[in-house]
Amino acid sequence: MDRIELDGVGKRYLVGDQKSAREAITDGALRLIGRRRSDASSEFWSLRDVGFTVGDGEALGIIGRNGAGKSTILKIITRITSPTTGTSRTRGRVAALLEVGTGFHPELTGRENIFLNGAILGMSRRDILSRFDDIVEFSGVQRFLDTPVKRYSSGMGLRLGFSVAAHLEPDVLVVDEILAVGDAEFQRKCLGRMEEAEKEGRTVVFVSHDLDSLTRICTRGLWLEAGRVRETGTPKELVREYLTSSLVSEHTGAALISAGPVAVHSTRVMAKGRPVESALLREDTLTIEVDFELTEHVPDFDIAIYLTSNRAVRVIDETLRDSGGPRFTPGCYRARMDVPPILNVGEYSVGLWCGPASGGRAFIDEPAVASFTLNGSDRARPSRAVVLDLPIQVETL
Amino acid sequence: MPSDAAPVPWTENSAHRRHQESLIAVLWHSRQLIGYLALRDIRLRYRQAALGVVWVLVQPIATVVVFTFVFQRLAGVDSEGLPYPLFALTGMLAWTYFSNATSRASEVLVGNPNLVTKVYFPRLAAPAAGLLSPVVDLAVSSVLLAILAAYYGVWPGWNLLAAPLWLLWLLATTLGVGLWLSAINVRYRDVRHALTPILQLWLFASPVAYSASALSGWEDLIYSLNPVAGIIEFGRWSLLGAPWPGSSLLVSACTSVFILVTGLAYFRRAERSFADVI
Repeated sequence: MDRIELDGVGKRYLVGDQKSAREAITDGALRLIGRRRSDASSEFWSLRDVGFTVGDGEALGIIGRNGAGKSTILKIITRITSPTTGTSRTRGRVAALLEVGTGFHPELTGRENIFLNGAILGMSRRDILSRFDDIVEFSGVQRFLDTPVKRYSSGMGLRLGFSVAAHLEPDVLVVDEILAVGDAEFQRKCLGRMEEAEKEGRTVVFVSHDLDSLTRICTRGLWLEAGRVRETGTPKELVREYLTSSLVSEHTGAALISAGPVAVHSTRVMAKGRPVESALLREDTLTIEVDFELTEHVPDFDIAIYLTSNRAVRVIDETLRDSGGPRFTPGCYRARMDVPPILNVGEYSVGLWCGPASGGRAFIDEPAVASFTLNGSDRARPSRAVVLDLPIQVETL
Repeated sequence: MPSDAAPVPWTENSAHRRHQESLIAVLWHSRQLIGYLALRDIRLRYRQAALGVVWVLVQPIATVVVFTFVFQRLAGVDSEGLPYPLFALTGMLAWTYFSNATSRASEVLVGNPNLVTKVYFPRLAAPAAGLLSPVVDLAVSSVLLAILAAYYGVWPGWNLLAAPLWLLWLLATTLGVGLWLSAINVRYRDVRHALTPILQLWLFASPVAYSASALSGWEDLIYSLNPVAGIIEFGRWSLLGAPWPGSSLLVSACTSVFILVTGLAYFRRAERSFADVI
């Protein structure tokens, strides 16, 4: 049975500053006497003519760059916002996990927050009561149930929030990028829970930059580009195509990506000591360069560069803080990372993450700002991602 | 488990507005959510406040003491044959509820933006919950009123049977104003600044500290356009046995209905874009 059906869905946002009440009144008056027309140039279509259906037991993974409209689609499916054109329909109980612990109040105890958050997510008191013990156990905060959440560590708060959501038992589960927060243990639990939901025959819609998990969990992929569906297919093929399509490697002029206080101007991958245009070989030391601009002062700004293989495995993931970066004032910077010749031949994407080091939402998390191919011999081991040729010693026992 | 039984109906989210549930149906379906949101409000207000519920009584008592001094002792206003403190407290009861609940309702959406942008629930539940938590204060103050009435030897008659109607009127009017304010506030935060002076003027435009029984004809008609005026006069009649205020009640009641109906329509129209503009 189909659970989600989108038909010609479009969403228009008005960009620019919000009007104040005074401007709204004067504008309204001017329009009334015909002195002013609404300004079409300040419109922005986040989604354009999107249509698809998702059925029982299907898990749809949506991929696309920042601003491609992924979150907007989720908000329309879950009825948080309404489309400007077209119709979105859902069947059965829909649970949105766009944030963990929505409505949590720091002054309330864990117990009180479970009931409040449950009610906000659409659970009845009876539902919550019957699953209360499971929720508490899954979250692992038994001892602190009657402690105000403000005294919890951030990890505990997240676990409790996710635990409530995990016990919703919806027909349709919509998940947005929640894996970006929380530690490895938390992520493992989240993913496990989603796989379970899918096995139980629920419908899952999943947005994540973690393409590896996305390929693992999802049965179908949907690739959004600039608000339109570019392609659908099996997640594996789609991810591979998506990663290799990446943005133009060398780019000047307008920023490739601009989000929050960061604008990324260009990215480059080159073999160390050779011209930029030359092909990259297995035995080359690679230099990855990212030119970016910071428009505001972000005290704990951090940048991470990661490499994803075309099998969606994240091979390398390094952040600046790990190596003790400078304090950032507004200005232009070039981040450079040298990768020793350890990678096997194949296609790779350069991912870029920018955000506050202290955690919180990333400004940019884009798995494919550039891509490159390593040529040469894979010495008959196509499946390995890293080639170190570590010696193995054998002793007779 | 997803049910395989009878086909579940589609829930639609369309560019065009379709049939919507009635106000009563929405409130009924989201009654538990409204309850939990109100409970959160109540808990938060008195958590770590040593005197707790005593604070509820401070505002009406302080105001009534001041009013008694200024309006009765100095200005000598008429109190329809009732002891002045009792007269003023009845007005204060309705007024305190009205002003607290409207301020709360106006802030409930903008104060919890994540509720609006990260999760779907019937948006009407939010202002409705804002209305519910000050009911506790109203109940506590009513006990004070009963004690004061007993002290002055004022006993209610069969009029008291109309008290639920009074409460309903008060709630419906407050909901109407609350819907307007909460929806406008999402778009224009000016509401926040405008509300305090408006409520201050509104207080003196309502017969809280004085009696409007001297007004007649056109003056009375215009005065009664203020729904709170009708509510307070009806309350004095019902709770204390004051003289029946007459046809001006009808004018106030009409305004109340008008505010509720338009407030609901505006809220319903605006709620579709709450998540985009908040």
